Amino acid sequence: MAAPLTLLLIVAVTIRAALYRSSLVDIISERVEVVSPLTAWKRVVEGLALLDLGVSPYAGDVFHETPLIIYLFHFVIDYAEITFMLADVITAVALYMSAQEYNKQVFRKQRFALEADRYPMDCIELIRSPKEMYYIPLKVAMFYLLNPFTILSCVAKATCGLNNAVISLFILATIKGNVLLSAIFLSLATYQSIYPLTLCASALLYLMQRQYIPVNPRRASFWWFVAQYAFMYLGSLFVIVGLSFFLLGSWDFLPSVYGFILSVPDLTPNIGLFWYFFAEMFEHFRLFFLCVFQINVFFYTIPLSVKLKEHPVFLIFMQLAVISIFKSYPTVGDIALYMAFLPLWNHLHRFLRNIFLVSCVLLSCSALFPVLWHLWIYAGSANSNFYYAITLLFNVAQILLVSDYFYAFLRREHHLTYGLYLKRKDGSEATLVLK
Amino acid sequence: MATYRCSYSAVLLILFSLSAFAVADSQETTVSGEHNAAAVDNPQTATETAGQTAEKPAEKEERRWEATDVNTGATPDDAATDKQDTNGPETMDPLSAPRPKDDFQEELVIRPLHCGDIYASFQFRTLWETDFMTGNKVSHYRLFPKSLGQVISKFSVREMHISFTQGYWRTMQWGQPFLPSPPGAELWVWFQDTVTDVDGTWKELTNVLSGIFCASLNFIDSTNTVQPSASFKPLGIGNVTDHRFLRYATLPREIVCTENLTPWKKLLPCGSKAGLAVLMKSEKLFHSSFLSQSVHIRPVCQDWQCKSTSWELRQTLNVVFDLHTSAQGKREWSLFKMFSRTLTEACPLASSSKIYIDVTDNSQGELFEVSPATPLLSQAVVLGDRRTFSVYDLTNQITFGTTRSLNMLIRWKSTEGDMLRPLLHAERYVAGYGLQTGEIHTLMYNNHPYRSFPVLLLESVPWYLRLYIHTLTVTSKGKDNTPSYIHYEPSKDRLRPHLLEMLVQLPPNSVTEVTVQFERALLKWTEYTPDPNHGFYVGSSVISSLVPSIVAMDTNSTQERPLFSSFFPSKEESSYFMRVYTEPLLVNLPTPDFSMPYNVICLTCTVVAVGYGSLYNLLTRSFQIEEPSPGLAKRLANIIRRMRGVPPL
Repeated sequence: MAAPLTLLLIVAVTIRAALYRSSLVDIISERVEVVSPLTAWKRVVEGLALLDLGVSPYAGDVFHETPLIIYLFHFVIDYAEITFMLADVITAVALYMSAQEYNKQVFRKQRFALEADRYPMDCIELIRSPKEMYYIPLKVAMFYLLNPFTILSCVAKATCGLNNAVISLFILATIKGNVLLSAIFLSLATYQSIYPLTLCASALLYLMQRQYIPVNPRRASFWWFVAQYAFMYLGSLFVIVGLSFFLLGSWDFLPSVYGFILSVPDLTPNIGLFWYFFAEMFEHFRLFFLCVFQINVFFYTIPLSVKLKEHPVFLIFMQLAVISIFKSYPTVGDIALYMAFLPLWNHLHRFLRNIFLVSCVLLSCSALFPVLWHLWIYAGSANSNFYYAITLLFNVAQILLVSDYFYAFLRREHHLTYGLYLKRKDGSEATLVLK
Repeated sequence: MATYRCSYSAVLLILFSLSAFAVADSQETTVSGEHNAAAVDNPQTATETAGQTAEKPAEKEERRWEATDVNTGATPDDAATDKQDTNGPETMDPLSAPRPKDDFQEELVIRPLHCGDIYASFQFRTLWETDFMTGNKVSHYRLFPKSLGQVISKFSVREMHISFTQGYWRTMQWGQPFLPSPPGAELWVWFQDTVTDVDGTWKELTNVLSGIFCASLNFIDSTNTVQPSASFKPLGIGNVTDHRFLRYATLPREIVCTENLTPWKKLLPCGSKAGLAVLMKSEKLFHSSFLSQSVHIRPVCQDWQCKSTSWELRQTLNVVFDLHTSAQGKREWSLFKMFSRTLTEACPLASSSKIYIDVTDNSQGELFEVSPATPLLSQAVVLGDRRTFSVYDLTNQITFGTTRSLNMLIRWKSTEGDMLRPLLHAERYVAGYGLQTGEIHTLMYNNHPYRSFPVLLLESVPWYLRLYIHTLTVTSKGKDNTPSYIHYEPSKDRLRPHLLEMLVQLPPNSVTEVTVQFERALLKWTEYTPDPNHGFYVGSSVISSLVPSIVAMDTNSTQERPLFSSFFPSKEESSYFMRVYTEPLLVNLPTPDFSMPYNVICLTCTVVAVGYGSLYNLLTRSFQIEEPSPGLAKRLANIIRRMRGVPPL
């Protein structure tokens, strides 16, 4: 398996290197779909320039990266392209290894279930074979590395790629069962952009499952583990934030990074739902809707964790998708991360209801983004509503995609318990409905 | 040397002869001694030029230099009576009544421009020896407007400069103005260092001034106020350098009209009833290419020793009349044609009231002809150039002649002539297309053939154009020109603008180009102006410089000089201060659709609801086998059966 992965990495790096040398770089790095005010490379350079001028990068409203990022690029500014390619490679390898490990566990669990004779008789076609699971890790890496969204994001040098690397390392550490590293990488991801905070529920569930701790709030061992993890997580978060404070000597970065993410003052168009909504918002409702929209991102954590208690990796996928749809400054790089998980769920394809429609919508929207942007901003023959309509459609498609996978996953679980060919009371073939 | 000795002896003489005066009066006497010194100072140049003109005796008889006139016109017996004479009509009898502590002067400078346009500049100066700051309330006002005096004492203003301008000064056509001003409104204020809450005071002050001048100065808030670190030094005395007490703001969109002119005229001691101000008829003034009115308040020295200060209020009004619209293309100007008024008297409260006509390029009368001719000539060093002026003294009844009204006529003889190119010139534009990004280009021209000099460039850009300082380039003659000083304050959204100040050395005979890229922000729909597609204005950038001078500048700031040449104090002889304003920019921003806030709220909420709904659906429901629902008849029958208490079908 190492050879195909190496080949894939070489191909991916070649594509990126070739694009870096082409004239497309300038066009790509200005695209609002690819870079947001939070992740734009231009703003990182601006922050460094401000630092050189002796002005705090957080004195203005252009730079919103965390202090660690600015210090990272303070040293590797000349190797920025390599850094971003490396980040993509790390993400892909981490996802590859996670998928491998996850597959092993799925297979082991399935074997136990089969040995315990827990599956109904007619579910034999739902049982996953090692043969079809063999290429999944490679496909995951390929989905990440060769996804045009990732490539665009990497070529634009959006720092989103670094966030993805941190998140994928967190996933790897979690799946490998390393509690400390998982907590550290989660706190790093949280530090970079608040939202990964919601992933801690899935990490807890997974790690507890792995250590055979029952997920039961009435048991002391459950709370003891939660306390341990929380201590490690908060401790490393505290260390990172404290380090940032000592690097800069001020707390200015807190309002400038986290205040900026939460209060959405910059209404630069992007593929998300926030920009036009808050540009058109009535002033006295602004705070209310801001709270509603931000709570919306975090809101799904608890019900999803309850529902997917047994399947923390699918929960991670769901959380990542929810974050990338509902976060305040989404970019295509965020979408690329959760899309990389899709090969993991290719056994769900028989239960997907509208995957064709959704893929068509996603593809056509991706093509229409630059077209309508051009019509609005450059040609002046369209207005903002056109671009807004496309972002709406794009988000609806993403929501449908995610809920479709969720539906398929739940349905497969249902069939694994109750049998694949269900019969009505009168013996005729039954249809499953949600009630 | 001779002048020094002369003035020294004069002061001695006065001190000796007037030693019987009360102690309180001693300050005024030194001032009048200064007047005398000034009068004595000029004959030197007068005799020089008299020597030059001696070859043309006929002309010599006609024209007299102003200074000589002042000196000899009074036919003094000794220096003391001469001194009292020059103090003006109100101080004719200093022994019986103490000289009032305030003084008012007015003057009008007319400069025929080479393109056929005509530039008229009014200057009114009120000097008042008082102190607003010591705590004792100043309640008796004579010449100084009470409204402004109260503003100064209430807000602890050290210096205040305010200008309203309609139109843009075309430096390359018209040369340098005596007092530059940017299009729209400009306000800059130095506060006393006793002010603790500068921002609060500034906010109140702008609102008060907005009322006084009927202007939208109340729109000045933190988003268009900056604190320049070097470009705006105090023009009066006091060497404050702490720019925490300075506030500078421009409103490039401000439209100046009669409602601003009327309150401005009311600040004059004579209003528009008498003196030069009668010429200011709005229908003529606003029918011009350029109009700028300003008010400058600053503390100045009372005498050359600068032991005590007095407050100076300068009101200026600059106007450029267009040849083609006002004169119907005929190259002929008169006061009546310009202002539809003629002059009949000076303001009775004014100690001096003069009209200067710039005749530097017209020494032989070859370019234009001025009638009625005046025998008085004056020379002044203004903006690094020695200019010659014909002077009409309105306090002198002879000026008005037998008709009792003065209507000067300038008739052009030829269209020849070449304007002296300004040594420093600047322009600015926005490059790029589309509504996403752009680039501001500022071009600064140094037209000096062999001297390079440094300039201070100040750019204040609103927050919605997000500047990227790392894209800043300064090039002159195709090479990088690194600024020796950069002061940059990045903007905060909806809070404060960008401020970029830098010191750039301009090589001789070159163009220096400063470019910086920006990104256009999408604003909230309530933040747009009512005409959003008109665009947003960016105030002029300000270029301040000490330009090398060809002629020696006058460094004595207290010496009696025409008002137009004495505004910017010059510290050294070899250079003069100059400020150039570039064009304001008009930048388009992307706009949302203003007609559909409801639709957007509904649609976006729908999408969120789709996400919420589908997840909620999957989270709360479970899979069940669908049982066929019974038909309508059966359901109705079951309801009836239930009511009857019979088990359903």
